[in-house]
Amino acid sequence: MEKETVIEVKNLTKAYGAFKAVNDISFEVYKGEIFGFLGANGAGKTTAIKMLTGIITSTSGDGSVAGYNINKQRDKLKENIGYMSQKFSLYEDLTLMENVEFYGGIYGLSKKQIIDKATLMLDRLHMNHIKDTLISDIPLGWKQKIAFSVAIIHDPKIVFLDEPTSGVDPITRRQFWDLIYQAVEDGITVFVTTHYMDEAEYCDRISMMVDGEIYAIGSLQYLLNKYDSKTMDEVFIKIARG
Amino acid sequence: MKPILFVMPIVQLAVLAYTADFTVKNINIFIQDQDKSTISQGLINKIDASDNFVLTQVSYSDFDGIEAMQSNNVDVILSIPQNFSKDMNTNSHTIVSITADAINGTKAGISINYLQNIISDYIKEYAAQKGMVNTKAGIEIVKRDWFNPMLNYKYFMVPGILVLLVTMIALFLSGMNIVREKEIGTIEQLNVTPIKKYQFIIGKLLPFLIIGLIEFTIGIGVALLWFKVPFVGSVLLMYLFTTVYLVLILGMGMLISTITDTQQQALFLSWFFSVIFILMSGLFTPVESMPIWAQKITLFNPIMYYTEVIRLVMLKGSTFSSISFHFIVISSSAVVINILAMLNYRKTT
Repeated sequence: MEKETVIEVKNLTKAYGAFKAVNDISFEVYKGEIFGFLGANGAGKTTAIKMLTGIITSTSGDGSVAGYNINKQRDKLKENIGYMSQKFSLYEDLTLMENVEFYGGIYGLSKKQIIDKATLMLDRLHMNHIKDTLISDIPLGWKQKIAFSVAIIHDPKIVFLDEPTSGVDPITRRQFWDLIYQAVEDGITVFVTTHYMDEAEYCDRISMMVDGEIYAIGSLQYLLNKYDSKTMDEVFIKIARG
Repeated sequence: MKPILFVMPIVQLAVLAYTADFTVKNINIFIQDQDKSTISQGLINKIDASDNFVLTQVSYSDFDGIEAMQSNNVDVILSIPQNFSKDMNTNSHTIVSITADAINGTKAGISINYLQNIISDYIKEYAAQKGMVNTKAGIEIVKRDWFNPMLNYKYFMVPGILVLLVTMIALFLSGMNIVREKEIGTIEQLNVTPIKKYQFIIGKLLPFLIIGLIEFTIGIGVALLWFKVPFVGSVLLMYLFTTVYLVLILGMGMLISTITDTQQQALFLSWFFSVIFILMSGLFTPVESMPIWAQKITLFNPIMYYTEVIRLVMLKGSTFSSISFHFIVISSSAVVINILAMLNYRKTT
């Protein structure tokens, strides 16, 4: 079966003066997969994701996401992607439901669509009882799950998750990954960054980024074999040490 | 931001020391001379030579200074009666009348005092010149304060304070807003959505506009019911102008918010502008008393326009034609500033 490419990146670079946060990276992401974008803190993952979502411009190189050019077709691109940032992004002083209505409205969903989506979402999250609670009163792990569900409220082709599980307990992390699998079943391609190497095992393909460059890319098995390791932790340490 | 830290105190000291001046200068005077004599002409020359007065017009006919005062071109009307010179020479009783626009009660009082001094000086000089024994000619000066006959200071200040209230709330609410979203990170989430820039700015503007208008309504209520300030003009006109003015001030706040990165910077800039705008608005000291260069700066001061309009409409009952210039300036600035804020809001960096 021919794989359909949904993200295509060629020689993408972002330089801040002499410092290259992202240095000449190229890769492809296929429809329906979970693509793990791994790397240490400061490896350039967030910068790369921001270029792909059209928040920052690239210094050189090019790319397309969901069929739209990342530099020239930003508005169309943004309609077709979801994004959950590292910084928490729901409005703390609005309730869960108000946040859903707000973001649903921005993506142009009708009132009925928003209600349908919200019902399904609250059901999946088992959060019907807190739909009128202020986000600031909801525990962090739950908030992350809500933020993810809000990020895909408009059924995007691709969702970008930037360290979605940092600071969350192992059980909630597991539940969070259940939500990701659910999204994949619904036909959404997932692009996720993390520095938890065990989470890499949930991904179909993994790229390893060090100092702004991609050192290795492939399936979990491929990387384990290539670096003669038993776990991703080992792979990571071997790559990081050069 | 750093240069502003040092430029701010210099600008404020250099500019404001001249503008926050409580002496009254450049009082526009209209003289109605029914005597048409050398004696009355001498008095006119003396007034014209004074630093405090600017002679706008001398009329030798009927009493037509009222219209000029109504249209805000004249602060004081001096009326010299027909038999002025005759009465001066014969030492008989004569009445000189002074009518002042007393919306600004303090300014009216000071103007009348200046004028009284000039007139009595003139009479003394004239008497001495003629070698008259009785230097106290039978001249009586009658004064009238128009638009605020009781010289109620509150009539003048309450609308002015209302201006401050509405301005500060609008500027600070909008100035802190976008930058706050930058701080907590929600702006990034908005930037990955396909939201259009104009939608974003309108979405930010509308709620604050409504809040501003509610504040204004409460303020007007307090002014009318508590301070018993009269509302002579059209309420609708005042609301129309206030709406346009709020859009301008909110746009300025938004612009500040888009060029700053932290709430601290935004607060700093907002204060910088509001202090200058307030002290140069004519709210506390008359713009006419400021040096010419400072008066030119006030032409770019939205608070100056709003202060004038609220006093004109509330106390004087001015109609749209008298404030059309103010309206054009404020509405066109509102458009320009909001477009700038829109362009300056970047979804991509």
